[in-house]
Amino acid sequence: MAHARTTQPVLTAQKAGLLGCRICGRANLGTAQTCSRCGAALSRPAGLQPVLAWLLAGLIVYIPANTYPMLRTSMLGEETDSTILGGAIDLAHHGSWGVAGIVFVASILIPIAKFITIGYLAVAVHRGWPMQGRTRFHLYEIVEFIGRWSMIDVFVVAILVALVQFNLAATIAPGIAAVSFALSVIFTMLAAQAFDPRLIWQSADTDTE
Amino acid sequence: MTDRQNEAGGTDGAGALSELIVCPSCDALYKVASVPNGGRARCARCGHSLMAPRENAMARIVMLAATSLVLMTAALFFPFIEITAGGITRRTSVLDAALTFSQSLSLPLALAVAAFIIVLPVLRLVAIVYALAPMSLGWYAPPHARTALRLAEEMKPWAMAEIFVIGVAVALVKIAGLAHVGLGAAFWALALLVLVNILNDNFMCRLTLWRTLEQRSRS
Repeated sequence: MAHARTTQPVLTAQKAGLLGCRICGRANLGTAQTCSRCGAALSRPAGLQPVLAWLLAGLIVYIPANTYPMLRTSMLGEETDSTILGGAIDLAHHGSWGVAGIVFVASILIPIAKFITIGYLAVAVHRGWPMQGRTRFHLYEIVEFIGRWSMIDVFVVAILVALVQFNLAATIAPGIAAVSFALSVIFTMLAAQAFDPRLIWQSADTDTE
Repeated sequence: MTDRQNEAGGTDGAGALSELIVCPSCDALYKVASVPNGGRARCARCGHSLMAPRENAMARIVMLAATSLVLMTAALFFPFIEITAGGITRRTSVLDAALTFSQSLSLPLALAVAAFIIVLPVLRLVAIVYALAPMSLGWYAPPHARTALRLAEEMKPWAMAEIFVIGVAVALVKIAGLAHVGLGAAFWALALLVLVNILNDNFMCRLTLWRTLEQRSRS
Protein backbone atom coordinates (compact mmCIF):
# COMPACT_ATOMS: atom_id res chain seq x y z
CA MET A 1 0.00 0.00 0.00
CA ALA A 2 2.99 2.27 0.26
CA HIS A 3 2.77 3.07 -3.42
CA ALA A 4 -0.87 4.01 -3.35
CA ARG A 5 -0.21 7.74 -3.43
CA THR A 6 -3.25 9.36 -4.92
CA THR A 7 -2.76 11.80 -7.68
CA GLN A 8 -6.34 12.04 -8.86
CA PRO A 9 -8.83 13.85 -6.64
CA VAL A 10 -10.67 11.54 -4.28
CA LEU A 11 -14.41 11.59 -3.93
CA THR A 12 -15.08 12.42 -0.29
CA ALA A 13 -18.31 12.08 1.62
CA GLN A 14 -18.36 15.82 1.99
CA LYS A 15 -18.21 16.40 -1.77
CA ALA A 16 -20.99 13.87 -2.27
CA GLY A 17 -23.14 15.86 0.16
CA LEU A 18 -22.90 13.12 2.78
CA LEU A 19 -21.57 13.06 6.29
CA GLY A 20 -19.30 10.24 7.39
CA CYS A 21 -19.37 8.90 10.94
CA ARG A 22 -15.90 8.89 12.47
CA ILE A 23 -16.76 6.05 14.84
CA CYS A 24 -18.39 3.47 12.59
CA GLY A 25 -17.78 4.67 9.05
CA ARG A 26 -21.48 4.92 8.16
CA ALA A 27 -22.48 7.40 5.47
CA ASN A 28 -25.25 9.69 6.62
CA LEU A 29 -27.35 12.31 4.87
CA GLY A 30 -25.74 15.73 4.96
CA THR A 31 -28.47 17.07 7.21
CA ALA A 32 -28.18 14.37 9.90
CA GLN A 33 -27.13 15.33 13.43
CA THR A 34 -26.39 11.87 14.82
CA CYS A 35 -25.18 8.75 13.06
CA SER A 36 -28.03 6.45 12.07
CA ARG A 37 -25.95 3.39 12.93
CA CYS A 38 -24.03 4.06 16.13
CA GLY A 39 -25.73 7.22 17.38
CA ALA A 40 -22.51 9.22 17.67
CA ALA A 41 -22.76 12.96 17.21
CA LEU A 42 -21.70 13.77 13.66
CA SER A 43 -19.22 16.54 13.24
CA ARG A 44 -18.59 18.54 10.15
CA PRO A 45 -14.91 19.32 9.74
CA ALA A 46 -14.84 22.29 12.05
CA GLY A 47 -12.33 25.02 12.76
CA LEU A 48 -9.14 24.72 14.70
CA GLN A 49 -10.22 26.84 17.66
CA PRO A 50 -10.95 23.94 20.05
CA VAL A 51 -7.61 22.36 19.12
CA LEU A 52 -5.70 25.53 19.85
CA ALA A 53 -7.65 26.13 23.06
CA TRP A 54 -6.83 22.67 24.46
CA LEU A 55 -3.25 22.98 23.26
CA LEU A 56 -2.81 26.32 25.00
CA ALA A 57 -4.36 24.96 28.20
CA GLY A 58 -1.99 22.00 28.04
CA LEU A 59 0.97 24.28 27.51
CA ILE A 60 0.05 26.52 30.44
CA VAL A 61 -0.23 23.67 32.95
CA TYR A 62 2.93 22.12 31.55
CA ILE A 63 4.97 24.99 33.01
CA PRO A 64 4.20 24.32 36.71
CA ALA A 65 4.51 20.61 35.93
CA ASN A 66 8.19 21.19 35.27
CA THR A 67 9.06 23.86 37.79
CA TYR A 68 7.27 22.45 40.85
CA PRO A 69 8.25 19.18 42.54
CA MET A 70 6.65 15.97 41.33
CA LEU A 71 7.66 13.95 44.37
CA ARG A 72 8.47 15.02 47.92
CA THR A 73 10.55 12.38 49.62
CA SER A 74 11.27 12.66 53.30
CA MET A 75 13.86 10.32 54.64
CA LEU A 76 14.83 10.41 58.30
CA GLY A 77 13.38 13.87 58.66
CA GLU A 78 15.15 15.22 55.64
CA GLU A 79 12.96 16.45 52.82
CA THR A 80 13.95 16.34 49.18
CA ASP A 81 11.86 17.56 46.31
CA SER A 82 12.37 16.22 42.86
CA THR A 83 11.01 17.62 39.63
CA ILE A 84 10.30 15.57 36.52
CA LEU A 85 13.68 16.30 34.98
CA GLY A 86 15.40 15.86 38.35
CA GLY A 87 13.83 12.42 38.76
CA ALA A 88 15.13 11.31 35.38
CA ILE A 89 18.62 12.62 36.17
CA ASP A 90 18.60 10.84 39.55
CA LEU A 91 17.77 7.57 37.84
CA ALA A 92 20.60 8.07 35.38
CA HIS A 93 23.00 8.77 38.26
CA HIS A 94 22.02 5.48 39.86
CA GLY A 95 22.98 3.78 36.65
CA SER A 96 19.47 2.85 35.50
CA TRP A 97 19.93 4.29 32.07
CA GLY A 98 17.09 2.35 30.49
CA VAL A 99 14.47 3.51 32.96
CA ALA A 100 15.86 7.04 33.00
CA GLY A 101 15.44 6.94 29.23
CA ILE A 102 11.80 5.83 29.48
CA VAL A 103 11.00 8.59 31.97
CA PHE A 104 12.83 11.20 29.92
CA VAL A 105 11.10 10.20 26.69
CA ALA A 106 7.63 9.81 28.21
CA SER A 107 7.61 12.94 30.37
CA ILE A 108 9.78 15.39 28.51
CA LEU A 109 10.36 14.46 24.88
CA ILE A 110 6.84 13.24 24.06
CA PRO A 111 4.96 16.21 25.59
CA ILE A 112 7.20 18.77 23.90
CA ALA A 113 7.12 16.94 20.58
CA LYS A 114 3.34 16.79 20.91
CA PHE A 115 2.99 20.54 21.44
CA ILE A 116 5.18 21.23 18.43
CA THR A 117 3.47 18.67 16.18
CA ILE A 118 -0.11 19.68 16.96
CA GLY A 119 0.86 23.32 16.60
CA TYR A 120 2.55 22.62 13.27
CA LEU A 121 -0.44 20.64 11.97
CA ALA A 122 -2.86 23.37 12.99
CA VAL A 123 -0.83 26.11 11.34
CA ALA A 124 -0.19 24.00 8.22
CA VAL A 125 -3.90 23.26 7.80
CA HIS A 126 -4.88 26.85 8.52
CA ARG A 127 -2.40 28.33 6.06
CA GLY A 128 -3.01 25.57 3.53
CA TRP A 129 0.69 24.75 3.17
CA PRO A 130 1.27 22.27 0.37
CA MET A 131 2.05 18.76 1.57
CA GLN A 132 3.83 15.78 0.18
CA GLY A 133 2.13 12.41 0.39
CA ARG A 134 0.98 11.20 3.77
CA THR A 135 3.64 12.72 6.00
CA ARG A 136 1.28 15.07 7.80
CA PHE A 137 -1.30 12.36 8.30
CA HIS A 138 1.31 10.02 9.76
CA LEU A 139 2.37 12.77 12.17
CA TYR A 140 -1.24 13.05 13.32
CA GLU A 141 -1.54 9.28 13.77
CA ILE A 142 1.64 9.16 15.82
CA VAL A 143 0.56 12.02 18.07
CA GLU A 144 -2.83 10.43 18.66
CA PHE A 145 -1.29 7.07 19.45
CA ILE A 146 1.55 8.17 21.66
CA GLY A 147 -0.11 10.92 23.72
CA ARG A 148 -1.52 8.66 26.43
CA TRP A 149 1.88 7.14 27.22
CA SER A 150 2.97 10.33 28.93
CA MET A 151 0.74 9.27 31.81
CA ILE A 152 3.50 6.87 32.95
CA ASP A 153 5.03 9.43 35.29
CA VAL A 154 1.72 10.15 37.01
CA PHE A 155 1.17 6.44 37.60
CA VAL A 156 4.71 6.04 38.91
CA VAL A 157 3.99 8.77 41.47
CA ALA A 158 0.74 7.03 42.47
CA ILE A 159 2.53 3.70 42.93
CA LEU A 160 5.43 5.19 44.89
CA VAL A 161 3.13 7.11 47.22
CA ALA A 162 1.04 4.02 47.85
CA LEU A 163 4.09 1.86 48.52
CA VAL A 164 6.33 4.06 50.54
CA GLN A 165 4.25 5.23 53.43
CA PHE A 166 4.45 5.43 57.18
CA ASN A 167 5.92 2.17 58.48
CA LEU A 168 9.08 2.89 56.56
CA ALA A 169 11.87 5.29 57.28
CA ALA A 170 10.99 7.20 54.15
CA THR A 171 7.71 8.70 53.05
CA ILE A 172 6.81 9.97 49.62
CA ALA A 173 4.09 12.50 48.86
CA PRO A 174 2.91 13.80 45.49
CA GLY A 175 3.79 17.38 44.60
CA ILE A 176 1.80 19.98 42.70
CA ALA A 177 3.53 18.96 39.49
CA ALA A 178 1.81 15.55 39.57
CA VAL A 179 -1.58 17.23 39.20
CA SER A 180 -0.51 19.76 36.61
CA PHE A 181 1.36 17.17 34.58
CA ALA A 182 -1.68 14.88 34.53
CA LEU A 183 -3.82 17.82 33.42
CA SER A 184 -1.31 18.70 30.72
CA VAL A 185 -1.43 15.16 29.31
CA ILE A 186 -5.25 15.15 29.41
CA PHE A 187 -5.50 18.55 27.71
CA THR A 188 -3.13 17.63 24.90
CA MET A 189 -4.98 14.33 24.38
CA LEU A 190 -8.17 16.38 24.03
CA ALA A 191 -6.40 18.70 21.61
CA ALA A 192 -5.39 15.74 19.46
CA GLN A 193 -8.92 14.37 19.55
CA ALA A 194 -10.41 17.75 18.67
CA PHE A 195 -8.17 17.90 15.63
CA ASP A 196 -10.17 16.58 12.70
CA PRO A 197 -7.87 14.55 10.41
CA ARG A 198 -10.20 15.30 7.50
CA LEU A 199 -8.83 18.84 7.56
CA ILE A 200 -5.38 17.51 6.68
CA TRP A 201 -6.77 15.99 3.52
CA GLN A 202 -8.81 19.03 2.61
CA SER A 203 -5.65 21.00 2.07
CA ALA A 204 -4.38 18.12 -0.07
CA ASP A 205 -7.53 18.28 -2.17
CA THR A 206 -7.14 21.95 -2.91
CA ASP A 207 -3.59 21.25 -4.08
CA THR A 208 -4.61 18.70 -6.66
CA GLU A 209 -7.47 20.63 -8.12
CA MET B 1 -12.92 -0.93 -4.22
CA THR B 2 -12.07 0.81 -7.44
CA ASP B 3 -15.46 1.76 -8.82
CA ARG B 4 -16.34 4.09 -5.98
CA GLN B 5 -16.31 7.26 -8.03
CA ASN B 6 -19.17 6.21 -10.27
CA GLU B 7 -21.18 4.16 -7.88
CA ALA B 8 -21.33 6.67 -5.10
CA GLY B 9 -22.52 9.57 -7.21
CA GLY B 10 -26.27 9.43 -7.39
CA THR B 11 -27.33 7.75 -4.18
CA ASP B 12 -29.79 9.28 -1.81
CA GLY B 13 -31.95 6.51 -0.34
CA ALA B 14 -31.25 5.09 3.10
CA GLY B 15 -30.73 1.61 1.67
CA ALA B 16 -28.05 2.85 -0.69
CA LEU B 17 -26.33 4.74 2.10
CA SER B 18 -25.70 1.54 4.02
CA GLU B 19 -23.83 0.23 1.00
CA LEU B 20 -21.30 3.02 1.36
CA ILE B 21 -18.38 3.29 3.71
CA VAL B 22 -16.64 6.48 4.71
CA CYS B 23 -13.01 6.42 5.78
CA PRO B 24 -13.00 7.69 9.39
CA SER B 25 -9.71 9.48 9.00
CA CYS B 26 -9.87 11.12 5.59
CA ASP B 27 -13.53 11.14 4.58
CA ALA B 28 -12.96 9.23 1.32
CA LEU B 29 -16.14 7.55 0.12
CA TYR B 30 -16.24 3.91 -0.97
CA LYS B 31 -18.79 1.39 -2.04
CA VAL B 32 -18.68 -1.63 0.25
CA ALA B 33 -16.98 -4.55 -1.43
CA SER B 34 -16.87 -8.10 -0.18
CA VAL B 35 -13.54 -8.79 1.44
CA PRO B 36 -12.55 -12.43 1.96
CA ASN B 37 -11.91 -13.65 5.51
CA GLY B 38 -8.34 -12.86 6.47
CA GLY B 39 -8.09 -10.10 3.89
CA ARG B 40 -7.91 -6.40 4.57
CA ALA B 41 -9.22 -3.44 2.61
CA ARG B 42 -7.41 -0.20 3.16
CA CYS B 43 -8.26 3.34 2.24
CA ALA B 44 -6.40 4.17 -0.97
CA ARG B 45 -5.68 7.68 0.21
CA CYS B 46 -4.62 7.44 3.84
CA GLY B 47 -4.07 3.71 4.37
CA HIS B 48 -6.60 3.45 7.21
CA SER B 49 -7.86 -0.14 7.58
CA LEU B 50 -11.48 -0.17 6.42
CA MET B 51 -12.54 -3.80 6.43
CA ALA B 52 -10.72 -6.79 7.83
CA PRO B 53 -13.12 -9.66 8.40
CA ARG B 54 -11.73 -12.60 10.36
CA GLU B 55 -13.24 -15.99 10.84
CA ASN B 56 -15.18 -16.16 14.11
CA ALA B 57 -14.00 -12.65 14.91
CA MET B 58 -17.06 -12.00 17.04
CA ALA B 59 -16.53 -15.08 19.23
CA ARG B 60 -12.84 -14.37 19.59
CA ILE B 61 -13.38 -10.77 20.60
CA VAL B 62 -15.92 -11.79 23.22
CA MET B 63 -13.67 -14.52 24.62
CA LEU B 64 -10.65 -12.27 24.78
CA ALA B 65 -12.67 -9.51 26.44
CA ALA B 66 -14.04 -12.00 28.99
CA THR B 67 -10.49 -13.22 29.66
CA SER B 68 -9.41 -9.63 30.20
CA LEU B 69 -12.22 -9.14 32.70
CA VAL B 70 -11.09 -12.14 34.76
CA LEU B 71 -7.47 -10.97 34.66
CA MET B 72 -8.56 -7.47 35.57
CA THR B 73 -10.35 -8.74 38.67
CA ALA B 74 -7.23 -10.61 39.74
CA ALA B 75 -5.08 -7.59 39.00
CA LEU B 76 -7.27 -5.36 41.12
CA PHE B 77 -7.32 -7.29 44.35
CA PHE B 78 -4.02 -9.13 44.54
CA PRO B 79 -0.94 -7.09 45.47
CA PHE B 80 1.08 -6.19 42.41
CA ILE B 81 4.20 -5.09 44.19
CA GLU B 82 5.69 -5.63 47.61
CA ILE B 83 8.62 -4.05 49.33
CA THR B 84 10.54 -5.07 52.41
CA ALA B 85 12.55 -2.61 54.43
CA GLY B 86 13.74 -2.95 58.00
CA GLY B 87 11.85 -6.20 58.43
CA ILE B 88 8.53 -4.66 57.49
CA THR B 89 6.81 -5.87 54.34
CA ARG B 90 4.31 -3.69 52.56
CA ARG B 91 2.08 -4.85 49.73
CA THR B 92 0.17 -2.61 47.41
CA SER B 93 -2.74 -3.47 45.15
CA VAL B 94 -3.91 -1.49 42.15
CA LEU B 95 -6.82 -0.31 44.27
CA ASP B 96 -4.40 1.15 46.84
CA ALA B 97 -2.42 2.90 44.15
CA ALA B 98 -5.54 4.46 42.72
CA LEU B 99 -6.84 5.62 46.07
CA THR B 100 -3.53 6.87 47.42
CA PHE B 101 -3.95 10.41 46.18
CA SER B 102 -7.18 10.76 48.12
CA GLN B 103 -5.21 11.16 51.35
CA SER B 104 -3.41 14.18 50.06
CA LEU B 105 -4.30 17.43 48.45
CA SER B 106 -5.27 15.99 45.14
CA LEU B 107 -8.59 14.19 45.26
CA PRO B 108 -9.37 14.96 41.60
CA LEU B 109 -6.14 13.24 40.65
CA ALA B 110 -7.15 10.18 42.67
CA LEU B 111 -10.42 10.03 40.78
CA ALA B 112 -8.67 10.44 37.44
CA VAL B 113 -6.13 7.71 38.18
CA ALA B 114 -8.87 5.35 39.40
CA ALA B 115 -10.86 6.08 36.25
CA PHE B 116 -7.91 5.52 33.92
CA ILE B 117 -6.63 2.27 35.37
CA ILE B 118 -9.77 0.64 36.80
CA VAL B 119 -13.15 2.12 35.91
CA LEU B 120 -12.72 2.78 32.20
CA PRO B 121 -10.90 -0.47 31.30
CA VAL B 122 -13.55 -2.51 33.17
CA LEU B 123 -16.48 -0.57 31.72
CA ARG B 124 -15.06 -0.93 28.23
CA LEU B 125 -14.70 -4.70 28.56
CA VAL B 126 -18.19 -5.08 30.03
CA ALA B 127 -19.64 -3.02 27.18
CA ILE B 128 -17.89 -5.14 24.54
CA VAL B 129 -19.02 -8.42 26.11
CA TYR B 130 -22.57 -7.14 26.50
CA ALA B 131 -22.86 -5.89 22.93
CA LEU B 132 -21.23 -8.81 21.16
CA ALA B 133 -21.72 -11.94 23.26
CA PRO B 134 -25.31 -12.63 22.09
CA MET B 135 -24.29 -12.19 18.47
CA SER B 136 -21.31 -14.51 18.84
CA LEU B 137 -23.85 -17.18 19.85
CA GLY B 138 -25.92 -16.45 16.76
CA TRP B 139 -28.63 -14.42 18.52
CA TYR B 140 -29.82 -10.93 17.77
CA ALA B 141 -27.96 -7.98 19.22
CA PRO B 142 -29.23 -7.00 22.68
CA PRO B 143 -31.00 -3.68 23.23
CA HIS B 144 -28.69 -0.67 23.23
CA ALA B 145 -25.85 -2.79 21.85
CA ARG B 146 -24.95 0.05 19.52
CA THR B 147 -24.70 2.56 22.36
CA ALA B 148 -22.56 0.12 24.36
CA LEU B 149 -20.18 -0.48 21.47
CA ARG B 150 -19.94 3.21 20.68
CA LEU B 151 -19.10 4.02 24.29
CA ALA B 152 -16.45 1.26 24.28
CA GLU B 153 -14.97 2.88 21.20
CA GLU B 154 -14.99 6.36 22.70
CA MET B 155 -13.43 5.16 25.96
CA LYS B 156 -10.53 3.47 24.21
CA PRO B 157 -7.90 6.23 24.44
CA TRP B 158 -8.69 6.76 28.13
CA ALA B 159 -8.35 3.16 29.28
CA MET B 160 -4.72 3.06 30.37
CA ALA B 161 -4.17 -0.28 32.09
CA GLU B 162 -1.19 -1.11 29.86
CA ILE B 163 0.50 2.20 30.61
CA PHE B 164 0.12 1.45 34.29
CA VAL B 165 2.10 -1.79 33.81
CA ILE B 166 5.07 0.17 32.48
CA GLY B 167 4.61 2.58 35.38
CA VAL B 168 4.98 -0.32 37.82
CA ALA B 169 8.26 -1.30 36.21
CA VAL B 170 9.60 2.24 36.45
CA ALA B 171 8.52 2.55 40.09
CA LEU B 172 10.28 -0.71 40.86
CA VAL B 173 13.58 0.62 39.67
CA LYS B 174 13.08 3.92 41.47
CA ILE B 175 12.77 2.34 44.91
CA ALA B 176 15.05 -0.62 44.33
CA GLY B 177 17.72 1.28 46.24
CA LEU B 178 15.47 2.04 49.23
CA ALA B 179 14.18 -1.40 49.96
CA HIS B 180 13.90 -4.95 48.75
CA VAL B 181 11.26 -5.08 46.07
CA GLY B 182 9.30 -7.97 44.61
CA LEU B 183 6.53 -8.32 42.09
CA GLY B 184 3.17 -9.70 43.20
CA ALA B 185 0.72 -11.97 41.40
CA ALA B 186 -1.30 -9.04 40.14
CA PHE B 187 1.60 -7.70 38.14
CA TRP B 188 1.68 -10.83 36.02
CA ALA B 189 -2.09 -10.71 35.64
CA LEU B 190 -1.74 -7.14 34.40
CA ALA B 191 1.06 -8.03 32.01
CA LEU B 192 -1.06 -10.85 30.56
CA LEU B 193 -3.96 -8.43 30.31
CA VAL B 194 -1.90 -6.15 28.14
CA LEU B 195 -1.06 -9.02 25.78
CA VAL B 196 -4.69 -10.11 25.55
CA ASN B 197 -5.76 -6.55 24.81
CA ILE B 198 -3.26 -6.23 21.99
CA LEU B 199 -4.57 -9.48 20.49
CA ASN B 200 -8.11 -8.22 20.85
CA ASP B 201 -7.42 -4.94 19.11
CA ASN B 202 -5.99 -6.91 16.20
CA PHE B 203 -9.22 -8.83 15.81
CA MET B 204 -11.43 -5.90 16.35
CA CYS B 205 -11.89 -4.37 12.95
CA ARG B 206 -14.12 -1.50 13.84
CA LEU B 207 -16.01 -0.93 10.63
CA THR B 208 -16.61 -4.63 9.93
CA LEU B 209 -17.94 -5.02 13.44
CA TRP B 210 -20.35 -2.16 12.99
CA ARG B 211 -21.69 -3.51 9.73
CA THR B 212 -22.33 -6.89 11.33
CA LEU B 213 -24.01 -5.25 14.30
CA GLU B 214 -26.28 -3.29 11.98
CA GLN B 215 -27.24 -6.35 9.99
CA ARG B 216 -27.98 -8.44 13.05
CA SER B 217 -30.01 -5.86 14.91
CA ARG B 218 -33.75 -6.12 15.17
CA SER B 219 -34.80 -2.81 13.71
